[in-house]
Amino acid sequence: MTAVTPVRSSSVELRDIHVSFGTLEVLRGVDLKVEKGRTTCVIGPSGSGKSTLLRCVNRLQEPDSGDLLLDGESVIASDPDHLRQRVGMVFQHFNLFGHRTVLDNITLPLRSVKRIGREEAEETARARLAEVGLADKAPYRPSALSGGQQQRVAIARALAMDPEVMLFDEATSALDPELVKGVLNLMAGLAERGLTLIVVTHEMGFARGVADEVAFMDHGKVVETGSPEAVFDAPGSPRLQRFLSQVL
Amino acid sequence: MNDFLNTFLDWDYIWQVFPDLLGTGLLNTLILAFTSAVIGTVLGMVVAVMGLSTKPWFRWPSKVYTDIFRGLPAILTILVIGQGFSKLLRPIIGTNPYPLGILALSLIASAYIGEIFRSGIQSVEKGQLEAARALGMSYSRAMLLVVIPQGVRRVLPALVNQFIALVKDSSLVYFLGLLTSQRELFRIGQDLAANSGNLSPLVAAGFVYLVITVPLTHLVNHIDKRLRTGRTVQPEVDELDELTASGKVQP
Repeated sequence: MTAVTPVRSSSVELRDIHVSFGTLEVLRGVDLKVEKGRTTCVIGPSGSGKSTLLRCVNRLQEPDSGDLLLDGESVIASDPDHLRQRVGMVFQHFNLFGHRTVLDNITLPLRSVKRIGREEAEETARARLAEVGLADKAPYRPSALSGGQQQRVAIARALAMDPEVMLFDEATSALDPELVKGVLNLMAGLAERGLTLIVVTHEMGFARGVADEVAFMDHGKVVETGSPEAVFDAPGSPRLQRFLSQVL
Repeated sequence: MNDFLNTFLDWDYIWQVFPDLLGTGLLNTLILAFTSAVIGTVLGMVVAVMGLSTKPWFRWPSKVYTDIFRGLPAILTILVIGQGFSKLLRPIIGTNPYPLGILALSLIASAYIGEIFRSGIQSVEKGQLEAARALGMSYSRAMLLVVIPQGVRRVLPALVNQFIALVKDSSLVYFLGLLTSQRELFRIGQDLAANSGNLSPLVAAGFVYLVITVPLTHLVNHIDKRLRTGRTVQPEVDELDELTASGKVQP
């Protein structure tokens, strides 16, 4: 990885977040605090509300109630488009724009959202692509790339917007096993650079090795949080113990 | 038997009518079809985007509009609009039925094209809109730059099919009574056939229609194939690159 760009990161705090889909309560009062420059991994069984929680941080999912603080200030009622410029997100299925080249995938939001000129946008895009090791893929369509490469482009696209926080929603779950590591290494590099990361993951090795804090969710609540050592080696609640016995 | 064949294929007669068919008829058919295709496509996009809105006061007018113009026979719409609006619009367009014919064809086309666009836009994965929104694009910008271009691409074959239908339907403005210089293919063929009692001019007009529509049909197939296989050169996925990135081997 070359030309490491300095990062400006922010803390994130969720307070008593509630989300319901019809009669189904998906989040039932979630609190989560992530310090500036730290990495929090969110683990838990499927259907526990991890992804919904993550989507509340950039308000792709608007909470029914609760508060969201970015850098100590409430952003729950502010302009969501502005909030999303400060919070990058990487999805399980990459979601690269299929009709645009790899380079255009990165320049499109730079030009349309940040109003950056073509030349400068392309320069930024190429630099970010180089950082994820894909400088030579700039002219290709996303469909010409492997899953791992597509996900690295998606990360480069989010990084190009200069986010203060990055959200990863099961970013490696759709990848072939041999491609997972490249993406995880990239994420670990971001954590090292001091970007605030919130990572929903099934990769327990990554959570243990990279996270500063691990949050365990079950049935729409954060049941237990703590350092990776505390969560993995000395789980307090029976539910976390049961979950870990199933996945480890 | 020869007599029978001559009713359709009197070659001398066909040669005779060709200049008129090409000079006046083909030109007018192309003007009618092309103009209403352009207006119909623009209107169709408006109808589609309104139909996809979450707001009922956008969605409902779009549904009603589509139901009406798709549900009525084209000839009825053309007559009602062509004759009904002629008084109202006389100060602007005079007694000329030509623009009203185009208007009617455009409205009919826009209802079908709106449905085509709507299905295309709806077929774009939800993740595309989400990713665009997550990057800070507004809903309208995300639709315009990310979702609609991909949706339209997928329905290009259906769209061209609609243009083919429009070329054929343009013959229906015949019923509005056109000036000699405004006659399109069908009208010219029909007039000459009626005068002579020989169908060869209609056959000749039909031939000209086919010259327009058959290449369009092949264009559909071509687009369809291209969309299926993709035209960009696919580079080999570089295994070494993946391994390098995962730290297994040094470059």
